[in-house]
Amino acid sequence: MEMNWIAIGNISDIPLRGARCVRTPQGKIAVFRTAENDVFAIEDHCPHKGGPLSQGIVHGTAVTCPLHNWVISLETGKALGADEGEVRTIPVKNDNGALFIALESLALAAAE
Amino acid sequence: MTEKLVIVGNGMAPGRMLEELFESAPGRYQVTIFNAEPRVNYDRIMLSPVLSGEKTYEQIVIHGDGWYIQHGITLYKGHKIIAIDRNAKTVTSDHGVTESYDKLVIATGSVPFIIPVPGKDLRGVITYRDLDDVQAMLLAAQSRETAVVIGGGLLGLEAAAGLKARGMDVTVLHVMPTLMERQLDPAAGYLLQKAVEERGIKVITKANTKRILGEEKVEGIELEDGRIIPATLVVMAVGIRPNASLAKEAGLAVNRGIVVDAGMQTSDGDIMALGECAEVDGMVYGLVAPLYEMARVAARHLVGDRSAAFVHSDTPTKLKVTGINLYSVGDFADGDGREEIVLRDATAGIYKRLVLKDNRIIGTVLYGDTGDGAWFNDLLKRGTDITEMRDTLIFGQAYQGGSPLDPMAAVAALPDDAEICGCNGVCKGKIVSTITGKGLTSLDDVRAHTKASASCGSCTGLVEQLMSLTLGDAYNPAAVQPMCGCTELGHDDVRRLIKAKKLKTIPAVMQELEWKTCCGCAKCRPALNYYLVCDWPDEYADDYQSRFINERVHANIQKDGTYSVVPRMWGGVTNSKELRAIADVVDKFDVPLVKVTGGQRIDLLGIQKEDLPAVWADLGKAGFVSGQAYAKGLRTVKTCVGSDWCRFGTQDSTGLGIRIEKFMWGSWTPAKVKMAVSGCPRNCAEATCKDVGVICVDSGFEIHFAGAAGLDIKGTEVLGLVKTEDEALEHIVALTQMYREQARYLERIYKWAKRIGLDEIRRQIMDDAEKRKAYFDRFVFSQKFAQVDPWSERVSGKDKHEFRPMATVGFNQAAE
Repeated sequence: MEMNWIAIGNISDIPLRGARCVRTPQGKIAVFRTAENDVFAIEDHCPHKGGPLSQGIVHGTAVTCPLHNWVISLETGKALGADEGEVRTIPVKNDNGALFIALESLALAAAE
Repeated sequence: MTEKLVIVGNGMAPGRMLEELFESAPGRYQVTIFNAEPRVNYDRIMLSPVLSGEKTYEQIVIHGDGWYIQHGITLYKGHKIIAIDRNAKTVTSDHGVTESYDKLVIATGSVPFIIPVPGKDLRGVITYRDLDDVQAMLLAAQSRETAVVIGGGLLGLEAAAGLKARGMDVTVLHVMPTLMERQLDPAAGYLLQKAVEERGIKVITKANTKRILGEEKVEGIELEDGRIIPATLVVMAVGIRPNASLAKEAGLAVNRGIVVDAGMQTSDGDIMALGECAEVDGMVYGLVAPLYEMARVAARHLVGDRSAAFVHSDTPTKLKVTGINLYSVGDFADGDGREEIVLRDATAGIYKRLVLKDNRIIGTVLYGDTGDGAWFNDLLKRGTDITEMRDTLIFGQAYQGGSPLDPMAAVAALPDDAEICGCNGVCKGKIVSTITGKGLTSLDDVRAHTKASASCGSCTGLVEQLMSLTLGDAYNPAAVQPMCGCTELGHDDVRRLIKAKKLKTIPAVMQELEWKTCCGCAKCRPALNYYLVCDWPDEYADDYQSRFINERVHANIQKDGTYSVVPRMWGGVTNSKELRAIADVVDKFDVPLVKVTGGQRIDLLGIQKEDLPAVWADLGKAGFVSGQAYAKGLRTVKTCVGSDWCRFGTQDSTGLGIRIEKFMWGSWTPAKVKMAVSGCPRNCAEATCKDVGVICVDSGFEIHFAGAAGLDIKGTEVLGLVKTEDEALEHIVALTQMYREQARYLERIYKWAKRIGLDEIRRQIMDDAEKRKAYFDRFVFSQKFAQVDPWSERVSGKDKHEFRPMATVGFNQAAE
């Protein structure tokens, strides 16, 4: 599948230990910035009841969903602890602070 | 027939003697105690934590009033014995009470040494000996002015650290070149001085006090070299001497202290002496371990066991200043035939020194890492030949015999007679056998039954390890529930340490309290954020990323990711202009649901996050501010119509409710706080199931608290009745502040009250006007920083990023 890097803004747009949303035709994507300045992107949709993960508290490389406190790994998209579930992770590129996400070309084509 | 035992003094030594006595011969003696201090027996070792605010007086009481009643003891509080008539066998107190005795025990303790310089009697010059001294220091510390502590020994440094923790500017004067020279060698003394100075305490060594300056009240100190140090408080902590004057006047043999034999017998066969006032074999003692040994011996003799004898042993010294670890025992001066092993790690601030003679340890000084203190002391006491392990000895027990042991294995390897608790002389075998014999499962039980870790507490870790070893999985050390997986500390410890160590940021808390994760988790971060907001209202910068989403965007998240908006309606009162503004917002933003809440206001549900600032802007124009319906903070004050309208109303309940809400809105609390004011006992505002409620009556305002109508249902408790609205407000605010300062995060008032005790809360809020005022003032101070409407702030652009997507991508480009 062809990678299609799309600029979404700068790392400084996201608060440390925080997240912002990117709207796409496939739904919202949550882009996270950890305390260590690592950037991750996952679907903004908790595998449990669809809570907006971008609104959760970010700790380490995980986020706690604001609706029912599931903890989701930002690296793998998998629920941590006793819960089972998974969200899609989206590749992110950090080029000196400029951020890009890769959306599958298939989805883009569908939106046109 | 029961014999009459009279005790002069009510300190730790006679207290321990009585415990031993009641255990071995209950009912043999009818006991009477005269205590010059007007209180029960408390743990003097813990005065420093009381001074620094890490403990309260109530927490250091050893024997409460109940204990004296239970054992039929007559305790004369505040009675000083002024005469002993040995012929008539009676004692007489300064209040004129005379009691006869069959056996008399003198335990008058010690008096602080006052250096004989001009000005020593000025107001503001105090010593550090008992609770009265601590209270005097706490009072003086309120001024936040300057204190000088004379004496850089154990007590002086603890006093200095305590005063510093209470906000004073502190200088320590020490006559010798290095601190604590009797317990530490110069190298460790230097490290200690550095650590003390890092806490912002000035240290002047080789300082000879010439005189204390001031007219009526102390103003400063002049040193021999001419330097003048201004001070509003001078604490003399240069040492103690046995208090033997009563015994001397009675004609008993007195040297430095009251001369006793190894059985604690004075020169009069019916009189014993023990504790700091006693001199055995030319030695007097000031640390608790030998004093407790005296107590044990004395108790044996009182039941007729003449074989018990007091034997001198070296006692380890520890400093009770949070964050400074030092340990010393034995003889560590240089000398002929002595060798030493030294380990230094400057970066880690570690210094260890062992002094050896004939291949045996005779002295130890540990600074920074004191974990092996007990083991070294054990080798010292036993006189173990250390030739075999000499190469690795300094690294500690874990490195003996090949591979490093884990700490549990190290404890397991200790022999049964190894001393675990130095203060109380409790060895490993005694602890283990008591745990198994009595089926103990909690640390408190072990403390109660063995006394181990019940005094200074520095051996708590070892005792817990012993419990794990003995009980295996049956021991759950989380008698204190840790805050979360990031720490072993419970909420109370964290709150205490935030204040004691003056931790003012989340990273500082995590660093100093050794958090196990790099930046916490969703459980501990909001809690820490609250504790810091509460404790340092003016200094702490709220960390929004540590707040739950509702408190970050000032609205309530709903299941579909939309938000609900609840503007404040003071006391549940509104008008046509406000209602019109709400109606307009509903139309403009197509709000799906409008609902009246249980707290007498209106909820707008289903608002998109992006629309929040615009909704708030429109509501703000009509004068609305945030209702904080999302906050761990003051929610609503529900009211009834009261005396303005109701034919039964006794007071203006609506007015009081509005007044309380306007005074208290914006404050953050450990969990949500809901209030209500009812105008008469018919209670239409349902005040008796709220966190705080008021029932107006003809004679005033009955204040209620600790109700619940959620997960639990519970009627309120009565705090008390006050006469005026002003008083009602002051009491309610003080109660809330007490709750803010003490409760654990997410702990509602009723749970906190159950934990603290209703009587204690009533005592502090209703009976103690000074405390109440102080709570009130602290609340008012913190409101200066909290009463900012978060909605209007965001309408003006704060946290813009929260309400907008970062980017919109992938849609048909042509459309943009």
